[in-house]
Amino acid sequence: MNRRDACGGVPAATTPNALSCEVRKRQGAFSLNVSLDVPASGVTALFGPSGSGKTTLLRLMAGLDRPDSGRVTLGERVLADTARGVHLPIHHRGLGVVFQEARLFPHYRVRSNLTYGMPRDGRSKFDDLVALLGIQHLLDRMPGMLSGGEARRVAIGRALLTGPRLLLMDEPLTGLDGERKGELLRYLVRLTREIDIPVVYVSHDPAEITAIADHLAVLEDGQVAAYGELDALMLRLDLTQRLGGFDAATRLTGKVMAHDPHYALTDVGLADGQRLRVPMLDLSPSSPVRLRVGVRDVAIALRMPTNTSYRNGLWATVEAMMPSDHEPSAMELRLVIGTQRLRARLTRQACDELQIIPGKKVVALIRSVSFDDTLEPIN
Amino acid sequence: MLSEAEWQAIALSLKIAGTAVGWIAVPGIALAWLLARREFRGKALLDGLIHLPLVLPPVVVGYLLLLSLGRSGWLGQWLFETFGVSLPFTWQGAAVAGGVMAFPLLVRAVRLSLEAVDPKLEAAASTLGANRLRVLFTITLPLAIPGLLTGTVLAFARALSEFGATITFASNIPGATRTLPLALYTLIQTPGKENAAARLCVIAVAIAMVSLIASEWLARRARLRLQERDL
Repeated sequence: MNRRDACGGVPAATTPNALSCEVRKRQGAFSLNVSLDVPASGVTALFGPSGSGKTTLLRLMAGLDRPDSGRVTLGERVLADTARGVHLPIHHRGLGVVFQEARLFPHYRVRSNLTYGMPRDGRSKFDDLVALLGIQHLLDRMPGMLSGGEARRVAIGRALLTGPRLLLMDEPLTGLDGERKGELLRYLVRLTREIDIPVVYVSHDPAEITAIADHLAVLEDGQVAAYGELDALMLRLDLTQRLGGFDAATRLTGKVMAHDPHYALTDVGLADGQRLRVPMLDLSPSSPVRLRVGVRDVAIALRMPTNTSYRNGLWATVEAMMPSDHEPSAMELRLVIGTQRLRARLTRQACDELQIIPGKKVVALIRSVSFDDTLEPIN
Repeated sequence: MLSEAEWQAIALSLKIAGTAVGWIAVPGIALAWLLARREFRGKALLDGLIHLPLVLPPVVVGYLLLLSLGRSGWLGQWLFETFGVSLPFTWQGAAVAGGVMAFPLLVRAVRLSLEAVDPKLEAAASTLGANRLRVLFTITLPLAIPGLLTGTVLAFARALSEFGATITFASNIPGATRTLPLALYTLIQTPGKENAAARLCVIAVAIAMVSLIASEWLARRARLRLQERDL
């Protein structure tokens, strides 16, 4: 019976799947005290160093542990409420959980693993999801024969086929080597755009987060240090160190304008009419696209330079600047381009020489090749 | 090849040991699961009680059975008055003695194999909507099958070889409670029966070997099935 209301065959609009938790838990010297509202759609990342309480929080949401005190609700449904002595058992919560390890059942074939928690009316979703995850050829294998990445994909499919109202993922890329990690991440990004349920994604890897998350909660010592939309948090200069420091990046959104097959380049138009030239995208004109720009890939000039190898010069206004808190030579800059924001990191010396101050008009220079591997289609 | 008395002893032994294992299998597995997966008050005491037959002299166990299950014993009296059942000096009584003696071995083997099942897999099954019973029957028990088999065969062999508790509680009645070990003991006590004793001895060794090999084979097959083509 509870199975039935747990399956998400109902349109998203009528199932308020917003997860709200306000929980406290002590574990030895560590104590977690979190109040968090996860939006009803998109990917919300729980981010923080190990020991910050991400996994503890996820386990409380899933019902794998009980909070010392507090409440967890999913839409109208109370999953746990210590004040009223409510603790809905894991199997009645209707949440999908993907663990760090795949945790496939070794005595069932892949197919039976996938259908283990599938309600009878889940059949129709089976083929689509299996195709989306690229695991058709694995269905008749035993889990022991799968590679790490394949096993994770099966585990993700298995969780989704239960028709959950929310998907919890606990560092699903942990322990995979670089190439497998990138591959699975691409599957995940595609998947999270396809499914209409909210996802809570635990990770300590900033690159993973910027690729997949819409919202971000930064955890530190068992508390939420910052919470908001990913793009907004990534623009906060004071969070630079926490959000990846050296590799910090911002995302620009635009539309594919035209392709240049001869040089294998694509023009992307930004909302304010300026254009970016990036390596050829396999997308049709006017497709929306999101570009990840590393703070170290942006240079600043005061005039549009000529005779330069930089393919991209965007007129921008300096909005804010702040000396780096971990690199004494560096200055963090936030620029405004139309309605979008772009971050850059310069040496303090360059800032002084160019007399950069907030409000100043500058040109942000971005090398086209720096976009390599940081392009992603939207939807 | 075998004499009628020998056949009788073998058949009786197999019947008694089989019945004993049949009686203790489900409670043994249940208790093993309780000890492996749950924390509760008095767990150490329960554990101790279960293991008692392993360390007590079998004669003591037989005597305790006689005291409690005998016609005048507290449990025996109730059994007789309620169901008209009397256990001492019957083959069912011998099965009780064998079962009690084999119980700790069964619980130990099953508990070890249940503890070896990764609780993370059980948690994963719960997140997929499985209730406790479904987790038990689809994850825990199937993964513990090698241990369940080993435990059962071990218990069977122990019940088969039971002597002290059986002779104390069920006596040594030909055709009723004279199992193979008791028959052998009787032959040893009888002058001029050395050859017959030697024959029974060989039979006992053969039965023990067959059950050990069978258990090993079954357990290996189960393990292979679990890790099919797992390279």
